[in-house]
Amino acid sequence: MNTHSRQPRLMQGNEAVAEAAIAAGVKFYAGYPISPSSEIAEICAEKLPLVGGTCVQMEDEISGIAACLGASLTGEKAMTATSGPGFSLMQENIGYGVMAEIPCVVVNVQRGGPSIGLPTSPAQGDVMQARWGTHGDHPVITLCPSSVLEAYSLTIKAVNFSEKYRNPVILLLDEVVGHMREKVELPEEGTLEIVRRKLPECDPEDYQPFKADDDGVPPMAPLGSGYRYHITGLYHDETGFPSSRPQVVEDLIRRLHRKIEDAKQEICLTKEYRTDDCEILVVSYGISNRSAYRAVKDAREQGIKAGLLTLHTLWPFPEEALKEAASHASKVIVAELNLGQMKQEVERILAGQVRVEGLNKVNGEIFTPNEILAGLGGTI
Amino acid sequence: MVLAGLILAEGAVLAGKNVVQTQTYGPEARGGATKAEVIVSEGEIDYPKVSKPDLLLAMSQAAFDKYASLIEPGDNTMVLIDSTIVTDLSKGLGNIIALPMTKIAVDDVGKAVVANMVALGALVTLTKVIPQKCLEEAALARIPKSSKDLNLKALRLGCEVAQKICGECGIAVS
Amino acid sequence: MKPELRQYFRLNRLPHIWCPGCGNGIVVGALVRAIHDQGLNQDEVVIVSGIGCSSRASGYLDFNTVHTVHGRALAFATGIKLANPKLTVFVLMGDGDAAAIGGNHLIHAARRNIDLKAIVFNNSIYGMTGGQVSPLTPQGKRATTAPYGVVANAFDLTELAKGAGATFVARGTAYHVVQLTDLLKQGIRHKGFSLVEAVTQCPVAYGRQNKPADPDKMLRWQKENAVNIRNRHKYSQEELEGKFLTGVLCKKDATEFTEGYQHLRDLLDSHE
Ligand SMILES: Cc1ncc(C[n+]2csc(CCOP(=O)(O)OP(=O)(O)O)c2C)c(N)n1
Repeated sequence: MNTHSRQPRLMQGNEAVAEAAIAAGVKFYAGYPISPSSEIAEICAEKLPLVGGTCVQMEDEISGIAACLGASLTGEKAMTATSGPGFSLMQENIGYGVMAEIPCVVVNVQRGGPSIGLPTSPAQGDVMQARWGTHGDHPVITLCPSSVLEAYSLTIKAVNFSEKYRNPVILLLDEVVGHMREKVELPEEGTLEIVRRKLPECDPEDYQPFKADDDGVPPMAPLGSGYRYHITGLYHDETGFPSSRPQVVEDLIRRLHRKIEDAKQEICLTKEYRTDDCEILVVSYGISNRSAYRAVKDAREQGIKAGLLTLHTLWPFPEEALKEAASHASKVIVAELNLGQMKQEVERILAGQVRVEGLNKVNGEIFTPNEILAGLGGTI
Repeated sequence: MVLAGLILAEGAVLAGKNVVQTQTYGPEARGGATKAEVIVSEGEIDYPKVSKPDLLLAMSQAAFDKYASLIEPGDNTMVLIDSTIVTDLSKGLGNIIALPMTKIAVDDVGKAVVANMVALGALVTLTKVIPQKCLEEAALARIPKSSKDLNLKALRLGCEVAQKICGECGIAVS
Repeated sequence: MKPELRQYFRLNRLPHIWCPGCGNGIVVGALVRAIHDQGLNQDEVVIVSGIGCSSRASGYLDFNTVHTVHGRALAFATGIKLANPKLTVFVLMGDGDAAAIGGNHLIHAARRNIDLKAIVFNNSIYGMTGGQVSPLTPQGKRATTAPYGVVANAFDLTELAKGAGATFVARGTAYHVVQLTDLLKQGIRHKGFSLVEAVTQCPVAYGRQNKPADPDKMLRWQKENAVNIRNRHKYSQEELEGKFLTGVLCKKDATEFTEGYQHLRDLLDSHE
């Protein structure tokens, strides 16, 4: 990935998220402890004050994300982390972040649900919640690592995307990726691409806080910088003031979607393994991807023409990559730790062209490679 | 157990190997029964959990009963047990190597808590998964300075007793 | 409006949404006068508000204004203040906003003693949603969701804030606007969490259900039932029944949160 890397070290997934966030310029963390995400808060509590940043434990997850959004309005990069129950509590404010276009990273280290569920076991049950958890017809960006190194690199991407597109970005880990330790060789900090939100260049009198540039994203003035303006979660026009005029309403919601939609080329990250000629395509993400990769390798050794599409971006869904990878396939298998949330999306996109099957595991454990190999018709 | 797994994993990094360490918690996040899994490899590690262990270390009877019973005939798994604590071997298979780790820790080091260091020393000696030097370096980095000597002593005792056993069993030790 | 106060309003956003006779405008007037008198720099003032009639004030005021979600204004403001302590941050809330859905944030903002200037517009009712019961609706009074009268006890928000550790707590009314302005000024000067409860009239959502619905009479009620804490000794316990105290109810010194956090950073720095 890069030529400059640092000394190899053993790193935990949650630690990678915290360190990457700080490397990407995050200066503010607010949240509420919950397994299996708490290490992120603990590391931020230790490290942020050392770099002039702030880490505060709030009274709940609602205030955790609210404080992050507030901090972000002053120009700081902000992050919060949680797991299922807390992610549910954050939903209203995620919508506020979308509507008021406030950069912020929300980490959800998934555990088994619904409800308190399985506090220390992995699951991938929040995929659709990440997409549709907050009310209203909103756009969202969601990234999903399957290793510690990816937890690092995708956290950097999450911060960058949130800044560039002025939208909350959800980073979905799971208990295993969050707690797993792996040897990683991190990129040198100087070599990281770090993005900061656009600032206005006009005079304060001319500033239209929600008038977008061609990329659909308006420049964002920090609170207190002399650009006095109004921010609201109500529908608003380019001046930022509330409006319920049908044209204003439609223009705004369409623009919010368009700014993400138009950037899919950049945002939709995938990895392909032997998809060129695959007859059976496995689609997977997060921790399940690790087992799927092994299963596809084993299947190939047995002469089965299998391939793997790994989704690093879950939302917006990487449609083009899926269509391309499935172009020779007669069967697509979606392997996930839920009862078929992403399978539905894959079916929708392939719309009857290919048979889509779900491989699902919902017992609090991750797939073994053999379970997926069996799904591929391999012998064990 | 997680700390021992962590030290082993860090030792593997020092030895220039690829490594993945995962853990499974008991019903509570802290204090319950825990299992640490470590995979050390020269090559890429895909699936991060252990399918067939080369070595199983059981420091409690419950752990032995639960995990040694999963070993199937024909698996070449070495089962290292703390024979001070694990006394009933009826439920498990595998090539059992019994070392009185807690007894060694208490009698020779004076502290039962360093039994896991005795275990680590023995484990590394038996498997040669990483050089002892890397293990010691990793352990020192994780252990508070005040208890450095005790832990190092325990680690080395573990290596010594394991070495003796290797001689007896005919396992070659380099 | 006094000419020197015009600069603080977004005049093109007026008229406001408040009903005739509503007291919210009086409270906002007092706030603006207090800001003016204290000579705050308009660019360095942030007005954060929740959701409700009173919270619409942020849109009419020419500062950095953030109209957030229902109940969470203090939590947003906590992030703003922590990330940029140079800003003077006012938090405007309705009584439902501050005492019901946002009650926990109020307790914890007070406990942290973070320098936020919280102003609660207490009209004893949910105005925006049409007159439902609030935790500050007095027992026995009517609301659309308490058609037979409120069964439960009402909060005394000032006591709650004191108990939670707020270092400046005061109460004023829309009727006693000079006093209210002065209390807000003291709140601005105070370093730490300040809560000013402004008792205000809602003739439409509260008055119609509980009579009188006449704003004049409601203001007169404020006049007759407010007891300045300085005069408290003149009243017997029975005489105080049904009345409420105004003025500075609590003022003390304690480490302010953002200063405490900066102190931590400095300490860590010096250990490097
Ligand atoms: C999460 C949520 N629940 C409910 C509402 C509906 N709502 C809007 S304002 C309000 C209460 C308003 O009363 P108050 O806070 O006292 O302010 P007022 O309008 O009286 O100034 C409610 C319940 C909401 N916007 N959000």
